[in-house]
Amino acid sequence: MTGGESALQLVLSGDPGLFAIVRLSLLVSLSAVLLAALIGVPAGALLALTRFRGREAVVVILNALMGLPPVVVGLAVFLLLSRSGPLGEWGLLFTPQAMVIAQTVLVAPIIAALTRQTIEDLWVEYQAELTAMNVGPLRRVCTLIWDARFSLVTALLAGFGRAAAEVGAIIIVGGNIDGFTRTMTTAIALETSKGDLPLAVGLGIILIVIVIIINALAWAIRRTGERYAG
Amino acid sequence: MSMRPPALDLPIMFIDVRIMAGAVTILDGVTLTISPGMPTVLIGPNGAGKTTLLRAAMGLVPPSSGLITWGGREASDPKHRAIMFQRPAMLRRSAAGNVRYALAAAGVPRGKRHERAAALLAEVGLAGLERRPARRLSGGEQQRLALARALARDPGILFLDEPTASLDPAATKAIEDIVRVVSARGVKVVMCTHDLGQAKRLAGNVVLLHRGRLIENTPATQFFATPRTEEARKFVAGELLV
Repeated sequence: MTGGESALQLVLSGDPGLFAIVRLSLLVSLSAVLLAALIGVPAGALLALTRFRGREAVVVILNALMGLPPVVVGLAVFLLLSRSGPLGEWGLLFTPQAMVIAQTVLVAPIIAALTRQTIEDLWVEYQAELTAMNVGPLRRVCTLIWDARFSLVTALLAGFGRAAAEVGAIIIVGGNIDGFTRTMTTAIALETSKGDLPLAVGLGIILIVIVIIINALAWAIRRTGERYAG
Repeated sequence: MSMRPPALDLPIMFIDVRIMAGAVTILDGVTLTISPGMPTVLIGPNGAGKTTLLRAAMGLVPPSSGLITWGGREASDPKHRAIMFQRPAMLRRSAAGNVRYALAAAGVPRGKRHERAAALLAEVGLAGLERRPARRLSGGEQQRLALARALARDPGILFLDEPTASLDPAATKAIEDIVRVVSARGVKVVMCTHDLGQAKRLAGNVVLLHRGRLIENTPATQFFATPRTEEARKFVAGELLV
């Protein structure tokens, strides 16, 4: 049976285990993107609009953090959340929450760095007008984030792509526990190691289709928004 | 139409103002008084310092040396002044959204913004285009929208930087008509232009700048009939001032 046939059979069979995996994958990745956006968008905007000694170094480091190795992030979060770690008493290790934390750490720099670039470019365009209108700092930040919202969708998509495709961090902090912390990527890794390649390929195809659908939705939102807001 | 009293920020006085950009002198020892009345039009070739003078008068560019005062005060809240840039940035929202934003920035209560934005758009001839994304308007419409946004501040002094550059005659006339109406209402208009014809049509007095220096500051009729300086004579005659 080919991977495509396996995928089709999996979806059509309505296997509750499969849908639980898909649901958890989306829940973890979307939660991580939401949290990372709440951190990364304001942080990126602030960095775009402020000038301080060492700012260039911060920008370079932030850009470098976009390439954080997932296994290193997984290890760091594991050490934080492990029983003897500083946050061990929270009891989050090997839970979906730990996976969300790890993916948030991975995605936040991507969203912050792309937001910084987007807001900085828009600020060049808006600076004279907003200064002439005597717009205060907080309102400037809000205006720039609002007016860049359709461009920022791309930053969120990049973050989602990173989270959805990631396996190294969540397998370390989630443990790939069947029915509890197993996602599509960790399941693919497991099935591949077991030699169940058709199932792994099938899951891979489902994952790709989901990523395409979410990107298409985001693209449609962006196009519609640009049509009405300019 | 009711006349408003002269703006508190008038006269604007430049006293031996020098403005540098790095090692380059943009304005060189300019002494100038901008008084209430008919529009003051700044003219001169590219790089003469017109835009910098306009921005300094708005309070956006501080002098490197010398003094600028507004109504006798060295520092002045710019809420009674507004500027329209040569290439205004259109906020990524509708035409009405742009004006409402300016109204909000000017402190107009939310409940009054909708009605006031509609009135301002009607005043600049953009009624019916309220919901059009600002960045999809034509060049002339964008200039008029920028003018409506500037007027949203209900300014006593309105600075216009080449407001009709690269516009066709119909769009230019639309802007000039608005300038006349606003000026007749008692708003002091200070504008720069390359267009001598426009200066003749609108100016109460003309300020000629060349290489950052003030060459002449005289009533428009006198400037065009009997220019005092050689540079002014050349400029009026259409000769190249290099």
